[in-house]
Order: sequence, then C-alpha cells, then structure tokens
Amino acid sequence: MTAVHEKHLEETYSKTVFGFWSYLMTDCILFGTLFATYLVLHNNTFGGPNAKELFSMPFALTETLILLTSSFTCTLSKLAAYRGDKNKVIAWFAVTFLLGLAFIAMEFNEFSHLVHEGNSWRRSGFLTAFFTLVATHGLHISTGLLWMIILMIPVCRHGLTPVSLKRLTCLRMFWHFLDIVWIFIFTIVYLMGAL
Amino acid sequence: MRIIRTEDKGTGKFYLLGFFLCIVLTLAAYFLVVEKLLSGMTLILAILGLGVIQMAVQLVFFMHLGSEYADGKAKHHWNFLMFFFMIMVLVIIVFGSLWIMYTLNYREMPPMDMSHPMETHG
Repeated sequence: MTAVHEKHLEETYSKTVFGFWSYLMTDCILFGTLFATYLVLHNNTFGGPNAKELFSMPFALTETLILLTSSFTCTLSKLAAYRGDKNKVIAWFAVTFLLGLAFIAMEFNEFSHLVHEGNSWRRSGFLTAFFTLVATHGLHISTGLLWMIILMIPVCRHGLTPVSLKRLTCLRMFWHFLDIVWIFIFTIVYLMGAL
Repeated sequence: MRIIRTEDKGTGKFYLLGFFLCIVLTLAAYFLVVEKLLSGMTLILAILGLGVIQMAVQLVFFMHLGSEYADGKAKHHWNFLMFFFMIMVLVIIVFGSLWIMYTLNYREMPPMDMSHPMETHG
C-alpha cells in the first residue's frame, strides 16, 4: 500500500466515522423527544395500571446487565481487530449478537405479556408513551442485530479489509450509543417508575 | 492496518475498568431504589446523576470521546463540538417541554367564549 493510498483511506475513515457520529447525535435528539413525551405522560394512566404495578425490577436489571455485557464484548472485538485477528472479531461479535438477541427476546416477552393482560399501547397515555419509547429502542437494537449479520458475511469471506474495519467501527459506535440510551430508559422508566 | 491504530488506543484493562464502573453504577442506582436508601427528590436526583455519570464513563471508555485531545493535537475536535451542540438542543427540547407542560395551569389563557363558534363564519 502506497503512502498516498493510505493517507486517502485514513481520510475516508475519519470522515465516515464523523458522519456516523453526527447521525448518532441526531438520533439522540429523537430519543430526547420521546423521553420528554414519556415524562409528560407518565402519570396519565386513565384508571389503568401505573409503572410501579407493571414493571418488575429484577427483570429490568437483568436486561440492563445483558446489554451492558454485550457492549463490553463488542468493545473486545475492537482489540481483536487491532491485532488483525479475524476469527476473534467474528467470535466476539457472535457473543454480542447472542446477548443482543437475549435482550430483544426479553423485551418481546415483556411486551407480549403486557398486551396479553390488556395493557397495550391503547390502554392509556402512559402506556402509549412507554411503548413508543422502549419499542423505538428495541427497533434500533433489532436493526443493530441485522447489521451485525450483514457485516459478518464480508468479514468471513474477505477478512478484515479497511472497508470492513470502517464499518465495524460504525457498528460498535451504534451499539454503545444504544447502551447509553438504555441506561436512561432504565433510570427514567424503570427505576423512577418504581418509586 | 495503520488506520485503526491511530483511532484506538484502548487496552483490555482499560475496557475492563470501564465495564466494571458501569456495573457498579448500575447496581448502585438499582439498590438505591430497591432498598429505599434515599427518598423523594434526593433519590430522583441521585439516580439521574448516576445515569449521567455512567453515560460519561461509556463515552470516555468505549466511544473514546475526548481522546482526540490526549496526544496534544486536537485533530477530530468536531466530534466534541457536535456532542455539545446535541446536548444543548437536547436540554432545550427536554427541559423546555417539561417546563411548559408541568406549569400549564399557570400559563393557560383565560377560557374563550366558545358558545357560538360557528357564528363568526356566518
């Protein structure tokens, strides 16, 4: 690889990462508006159950710890990428994927449980805001899982090329971002709901 | 693979420390609530504070925000700038909305006379 070529790659790399960072920042604002909506509506239960009656604290804590661990394993894939160890990168992403899948399965379970008991988003303003906020996060997680599968195919086939490394960095940023959003869902929806 | 070397300076120990801090902060917030160690507004402020600290920990340890300053030459300071702009917009949207909505009673206009709404068009 010539020096000029490498310089060019480095420039595209930092531009892409910055562009992706900008996207994440605007996504923060999307979540911010949903949080504001939730905080405004969380007392409007319309005679239905409130957060304290609906949510189980150990369940929410387990979800949080799973997502936190997945964020950590995702970071470990970076160390493997740094050494150029393709198999380790795939292995760590596989662990991250499984933890993410466990998280989304738990959330789906919680949602279906709520809907089954008649506490769907139609029940009250509080539940509408809750489902909108938490399901938007869940959709992001699902997108992240899909993205992991799609990215692992070229990594398996062609190894760690500069292009795939760049995409892996974006995916990692996305995953950490979702973890940060979840901390606030955990704090504001579950912990403050239990008061 | 020089490209990623310029970007990532973390080591395994560094990430492990970040992970450990996040777990501790999460458990601290959880037990503050479950064991009712504080009450009322103090508790809400405490868990929100722990949430913000954990956000900072994740940004520094996992997303490397601010590490562009570490070697003295502020290379990608746009990330930082973008972040602060986002925080500013977020604070305006969230606190602005909450301020308006929670003080709505004081800010409402006196009720208008709605008895003959159609007559104005006739």
